[in-house]
Amino acid sequence: MEVTLNHILFLSTALFFIGVYGFLTRRNVITMLMAIELLLNSVNINFIAFNKYLYADKLDGVFFTLFLIAIAAAEAAVAIAIIINIYRNYKSIDVDDVDTLKW
Amino acid sequence: MDLSILISMKFEMALTLIIFILLFLKIDGRAGNQFFFRITNLLLVLSLGLYFLPARYGQFFSGMFRTSPLLEFEKVVLLMATIIISLSSYHWLKNFNHVAEFYMMILSSLLGMFFMMSSDNLLMFYLGLELSSIPVAALCNFDLDKKISSEAAMKMILSSAFSSAILLFGVSLIYGTTGSLDYYVLSRAVVGTPLQIMAFILIFSGFAFKLSVVPFHLWTADVYEGSPVAVTAFLSVVSKGAMAFVFITTLYWVFGNLGGTWYYMLAILAVVTMIIGNLFALRQSNLKRFFAFSSIAQVGYLLIGISGFVKASLSIGSVVYFVLIYVFSNLAAFGVISVISALTGKETIEDYKGLYRSNPTLALLMALALFSLAGIPPTAGFFGKLFLLTAGSSTGAWPLIIIASLNLIISLYYYLRIVRAMFIDESSEPLAKISLSFSEMAAFLLCAGGILSIGFMKGLFEVIFNISGGL
Repeated sequence: MEVTLNHILFLSTALFFIGVYGFLTRRNVITMLMAIELLLNSVNINFIAFNKYLYADKLDGVFFTLFLIAIAAAEAAVAIAIIINIYRNYKSIDVDDVDTLKW
Repeated sequence: MDLSILISMKFEMALTLIIFILLFLKIDGRAGNQFFFRITNLLLVLSLGLYFLPARYGQFFSGMFRTSPLLEFEKVVLLMATIIISLSSYHWLKNFNHVAEFYMMILSSLLGMFFMMSSDNLLMFYLGLELSSIPVAALCNFDLDKKISSEAAMKMILSSAFSSAILLFGVSLIYGTTGSLDYYVLSRAVVGTPLQIMAFILIFSGFAFKLSVVPFHLWTADVYEGSPVAVTAFLSVVSKGAMAFVFITTLYWVFGNLGGTWYYMLAILAVVTMIIGNLFALRQSNLKRFFAFSSIAQVGYLLIGISGFVKASLSIGSVVYFVLIYVFSNLAAFGVISVISALTGKETIEDYKGLYRSNPTLALLMALALFSLAGIPPTAGFFGKLFLLTAGSSTGAWPLIIIASLNLIISLYYYLRIVRAMFIDESSEPLAKISLSFSEMAAFLLCAGGILSIGFMKGLFEVIFNISGGL
């Protein structure tokens, strides 16, 4: 069976919503960060697929993906530094425990 | 090589240079807090003067960078706001261990905003957006030993990463339907097919997150309360102002063909934002949290101005004018909070009772700022709101204007509650007399002068409206 653009778009959309579901239901901050990586990677798949199947004459989508990977790494680095600090202050990385600020 | 490109990027060049100077001074390790404070502010004030250099407008790097008179003016407004924030947090920075890092982060974020505003391409826009939001998340954590500071940073980084992921998914769909990331191509190729509208809604949500429009506002209050005051001021004024500038360009230009779609989204969100912002501000006791909800309500008025797309240049002009006034009024209030919080650690309305007895200057400045935020006539805030509502009324949406006016009356109540606490209420343990440093006095004088005079400066107003014709 030939893989068409529709198959890949189905994969990336499914990945995106799995990421959203994970982000909203998980209570561990590291897992939430992993869910965000899923979201970003679904965007990467979208860009690559569109570029390959529809606009193969220019490389806009591929370049966007390269930058996206680098930025996702930078974001994860800052997030993990913040999580370490959360752990020092609260002795936990469960978001249900980090609830000083309310209303 | 054509060096005149450097002239068009003068603000970006200057900021990069300052960041590098700070980096080398930090590596050298001999400079103290006072030195960092002085040299950064001196360099920042000098770079304000770049505005008067001859400029070269147009597109460069095949659409990755663009300048126009309006963009230069917006950059000066944001740079000036950063200088005011830096000057008025003298007492906090004086005993702070990471002054150089603080400046490097805040200037990187400002640099990201400049690139974001100047881009003509979705890739460059996204890079600027991330450069402007990642350092701010780190900045939120700068009160390292405070629990709430790290909590605020966590909420900031998670919600900003989530919102930019949603925005990116929209961008990828837009790329799929048009095959380009260039604004000029997009403005013709986006015609309103169902997939494009879905992509637009995703991008719109990403923007709404950053601007903290209700229902995407839930991170705002927590992040504002937990962060150091200087960072809260930066988030609520500079970051929001830059986002508003980009938002209006994107809507009017890239998604100009979808005007019929986003007009109703803007109108509904504006009403909800104003009402929720105002109602929640009524019940706050912490001042930083109070200003979080007050800034949400102000964004509601901003959305009304943006919704008046019939007269584009009036709308853009009124938004820029409003942000300029908002810079002065909000930063005056945050300046007072910053000084009091750095010296006494007190941040609730309860603590401000009887402030006028002990510190008349601070109380008067705070009252002036609150009057301007509430929009009472002699102050500049009145003129800002007047033009926003005039721009919003160009579409003939009178119900919207009436709801906005009613909300202005509600907001008067809670702004005056603080004025009452400062001037009328007695306190059993009033704050001690605070002596201001030279830099804080300069920042406060600038803010007070701005609030009192901008409304009457006809020349400034005409300049803004003339340059906003060219986006």
